[in-house]
Amino acid sequence: MSKKINSLEDLRKLRAEKEKLTSPREGDNIQVIVGMGTCGIAAGARDAMLALLDEINKKNLKVNVTQTGCIGMCEKEPLIDVIVPGKSRITYGNVTADVAKNIVSQHLANGQIVQQNVVGKIEE
Amino acid sequence: MELYRGHILICSGTGCISSGANSIKDAFEQQLAEKDLAKEFKVIETGCHGFCEMGPIAIVYPEGTFYCRLEDEDVKTIVDEHLIKGRLVQDKLYNPPHSEDKIPSYKEIAFYKKQHRIALRNCGYVNPEDIDEYIVKGGYEALGKVLTELTPDQVIDDMKKSGLRGRGGGGFPTGLKWEFTSKSESDKKYMICNADEGDPGAFMDRSILEGDPHSIIEGMVIGGYATGADEGYIYIRAEYPLAINRLKTALDQAREYGMLGENILGTGFNFELHIKEGAGAFVCGEETALMHSIEGKRGMPRPRPPFPAVKGLWEKPSNINNVETFANVPVIFEKGADWFASLGTEKSKGTKVFALTGKINNTGLAEVPMGITVREIIYDIGGGITDNKKFKAVQIGGPSGGCLPENLIDLPVDYDSLIEAGAMMGSGGLVVMDEDTCMVDLARFFLNFTQDESCGKCTPCREGTKRMLEILERIVDGEGRKGDIELLEELGETIKTTSLCGLGQTAPNPVLSTLKYFRDEYEAHINDERCPAGACSALAKYVIDQDLCKKCTLCTKVCPVSAIEGKPKEVHKIDPEVCTACGVCVEKCKFDAIKKG
Ligand SMILES: Cc1cc2nc3c(=O)[nH]c(=O)nc-3n(C[C@H](O)[C@H](O)[C@H](O)COP(=O)(O)O)c2cc1C
Ligand code: FES
Ligand code: FES
Repeated sequence: MSKKINSLEDLRKLRAEKEKLTSPREGDNIQVIVGMGTCGIAAGARDAMLALLDEINKKNLKVNVTQTGCIGMCEKEPLIDVIVPGKSRITYGNVTADVAKNIVSQHLANGQIVQQNVVGKIEE
Repeated sequence: MELYRGHILICSGTGCISSGANSIKDAFEQQLAEKDLAKEFKVIETGCHGFCEMGPIAIVYPEGTFYCRLEDEDVKTIVDEHLIKGRLVQDKLYNPPHSEDKIPSYKEIAFYKKQHRIALRNCGYVNPEDIDEYIVKGGYEALGKVLTELTPDQVIDDMKKSGLRGRGGGGFPTGLKWEFTSKSESDKKYMICNADEGDPGAFMDRSILEGDPHSIIEGMVIGGYATGADEGYIYIRAEYPLAINRLKTALDQAREYGMLGENILGTGFNFELHIKEGAGAFVCGEETALMHSIEGKRGMPRPRPPFPAVKGLWEKPSNINNVETFANVPVIFEKGADWFASLGTEKSKGTKVFALTGKINNTGLAEVPMGITVREIIYDIGGGITDNKKFKAVQIGGPSGGCLPENLIDLPVDYDSLIEAGAMMGSGGLVVMDEDTCMVDLARFFLNFTQDESCGKCTPCREGTKRMLEILERIVDGEGRKGDIELLEELGETIKTTSLCGLGQTAPNPVLSTLKYFRDEYEAHINDERCPAGACSALAKYVIDQDLCKKCTLCTKVCPVSAIEGKPKEVHKIDPEVCTACGVCVEKCKFDAIKKG
């Protein structure tokens, strides 16, 4: 199959398609931080993270997922923080795989905060 | 396509590879596979980050954590702690000189903070072997715009407006050079990239080719379109195997994608590129010599005019530019000529990449806006002088350049102010010297280099530099004579004005500039048989610092030739006539009171 790019439009299309190649290296994306202390991992933070990644991938979003140690509210684990540039930082608790998927489709994709899981908010 | 949670960028420039980057990469891949993380983290090899001294380097994204001086064992710790638990591995973070702080983030390191990376925009950030990564970063967009929206004359106008000047040393306006080639009538024209990079200590061109080869290809195709060339050569020295390999990969990918060859981007424009490996002679960087070399002849220069723009490769109009010059071209069309012209100084636009070496803490590659001062480069980016010694001078521009003394440390670095100070931008080598460097010896070092590299075609350069070198060697050996300084000046001026090519025309610069700013050191060598820096072994005698001497007589007892006079409670003295500079006394003195000087 020829990979020839025959116009500027096709070049731009290819660029959009391949964005994921470098997106974890871009600093201005939405950030999701997963609490992965021992407590978080025990409570299922890994499942939550994998579900997050899977859903972000399916929806083709520009989001950076990182992890941190214990966030400090162990009874609400798994905990994740969502930082949309220019907006408040939202902390979600009890994030099961299903909740994680919800957060992706509502908050990350549409900017709608998933109220029932919010456990904290830090104003920007 | 898979989405990865994080990217681990392993610097795979020549510097880091030689300090072990390949085995760090293997260790990461093995650890990721073992811990079942290979689908979450991707290991990417990049070109040089510029901070080679800190190698091997790995940067973990999305955090942008900069790990340096890695050893194989560290990889497991980073995977266990950072990748699995999100905790930074403190031990492997960068620790700036004179500070206890660890700096986790790439962007916060002083070395990078003051830089403005245009030519190096993708170096250390993209995988140079993947054209898709280049395209995601906006690559080939400029070429597309140029081919579809601009006429060749408009491209040249934009280049002129941008103010870009050649980064190979002379600083000739690139737009104007393109215009000359474009105006030459011919059925055939060539576009040539000079990647010979012969200056000792310089490695910016190599780093760009290793780290971002597509930017050179894109710049050259744009140049081909503007000047009417349909074929080009990249002349690169054979000692750069990694750069050559990455370039070959990039050329194949560019051809496959239709960015090279026939009907580029469907616009009907054709352009083909070849690599020509040079054997690595300094004079082959000179443009006419370089073209002879491509033609398969000996790399000897010829008089100009006719300039290459009129009669170049195989007598056809040819345009020749430096690697860094080409690397700037795509950005000019991506962000606009006005944007580019807003950077730098009135007459030197944009940025310049410098290779920082010598007695400086952060050796490496740094790209800075034109007009930045020497002080900012050395102290803010370079982290100051090693071992807290005193700054003495900086040699800019390698063997064609000259040196600047401490009182010019606030000189803005641009083409014209450097020339005015008796130095030259050259390719951007910047060697920092401290109090222990002898300026006569430094001049001798550079002249030895140019004298060796003279092609021998013209007499002033062939014979003249040899005579100059003999005089310098004599002075360094303590055999300097009255009149030597004047003779050096006279020879220097004559060689500059009568040599055939730039090699001879600039060869005396290191001597003349050190004579201008450090004449007293020459005089001390000749008149007092003394090397003030204590570097020339034939002249360096030991002296006792009167303030530090504790009058303990230890030194007098060990001196094998009884050159030291000293009774208890009397400050000791060394008789220079008797001293053989063996150094035994220095080792014995507990108070560091004995120095060369
Ligand atoms: C002895 C000598 C060596 C040179 N070496 C190089 C070199 O290694 N790389 C380079 O780009 N230019 C070198 N030049 C300058 C080139 O002849 C030429 O001016 C330059 O490649 C033009 O490109 P630019 O206008 O983009 O700077 C050298 C010149 C001389 C006289
Ligand atoms: S080669 Fe790795 S930083 Fe230069
Ligand atoms: S080699 Fe060019 S002047 Fe001597």
